[in-house]
Amino acid sequence: MSDVKKFLYVNRKAPYGTIYALESLEVVLIGAAFDQDVSLAFLDDGVFQLTRGQETDEIGVKNFSPTFRALGDYDVTKLYVERESLEERGLTEDDLQEITYEDEDDDWAEKPSIRVVSRAEMTDIMAQQDVILSF
Amino acid sequence: MSTLHTVNKSPFTNRSLESCLNHCKDGDAVLMIEDGVYGGLAGTALAEMVAARAGAVKLYVLAPDAHARGLGEDRLLDGVSPVGYDGFVDLVTTHDRTQAWL
Amino acid sequence: MKIGVVVSEGPYTHEAADTAYNFVRAALAAGHEVPRVFFYHDGVNVATRLSVPPQDERHIQNNWTALAKEHSIDLVVCIAAAQRRGILDKNEAERQGKDTDNIAEGFRISGLGQLIEMGIQTDRLVMFGD
Repeated sequence: MSDVKKFLYVNRKAPYGTIYALESLEVVLIGAAFDQDVSLAFLDDGVFQLTRGQETDEIGVKNFSPTFRALGDYDVTKLYVERESLEERGLTEDDLQEITYEDEDDDWAEKPSIRVVSRAEMTDIMAQQDVILSF
Repeated sequence: MSTLHTVNKSPFTNRSLESCLNHCKDGDAVLMIEDGVYGGLAGTALAEMVAARAGAVKLYVLAPDAHARGLGEDRLLDGVSPVGYDGFVDLVTTHDRTQAWL
Repeated sequence: MKIGVVVSEGPYTHEAADTAYNFVRAALAAGHEVPRVFFYHDGVNVATRLSVPPQDERHIQNNWTALAKEHSIDLVVCIAAAQRRGILDKNEAERQGKDTDNIAEGFRISGLGQLIEMGIQTDRLVMFGD
């Protein structure tokens, strides 16, 4: 199709304190059905969305962090995480969930969806998009 | 290919403007709207950070928002231009995409 | 040019719905098309017809309804976000066993696909929120 556009979902907010992270994920899941070229960007407090070990029972709110691990099944396989944002918050890639997808073009090999990129690379990724949705 | 960035937060309570400026490419434009207009003021503790990108990045404030907050154009940093809603529309159409730093 | 607009913050607390309204009016005045405005997050609260602001204040919902009528703008309220926040149309109110609906004229409730579709079909997408 000639009208495939590059969609970028920009996530800059932490989970639970506000609903933006959850409702962003809901757009991503619905949007996956439209066969567009989808990428997700996590920067600033958005990197906190991907951390391991989220336990929400005590606040009585649904833990949606496992949903990130299902994104590969929706062909959402490009999760760009900004290195500087991680470092500013005392995080490393090891603090993030392992999120993978099966590459159909490579004999269904399991590959990481999370790609840690520099701020300069993130800037380039943003500048290559057709549609940017901010959450 | 260039991007119009919009920032609607005061840079004194929220780092969106700083993050935006850190992710702008030369030739992009940043339009400060709503409480974002405070980022366009001269003589503030953050003016230097903003002024450092002026030139390479075109900086604008939404004049109706500035006026609502009692900020005349004489209060703006050099290199920050006021635009109306019509100018906002022109910035959207003359850049390839719009990115909101919400 | 076709411009799509997203409003993702509620009325009165945030300026987002006002800025979006003023932007859309300017875009239309400049000869551009605004085929759809999509309301998401607390932005869905713009669509309640039960809002009664003081007489000397702007009526945000009425303003959107009038603008949409005049320019055939499709005002779409996200169903998932709307259900969470108690914005219902007649069908949904009946389906959920509620005693009333509250969606204003000119707004319709639909799925998130309408947001993606707007992104595909317009030349530019502009978001207003918090």
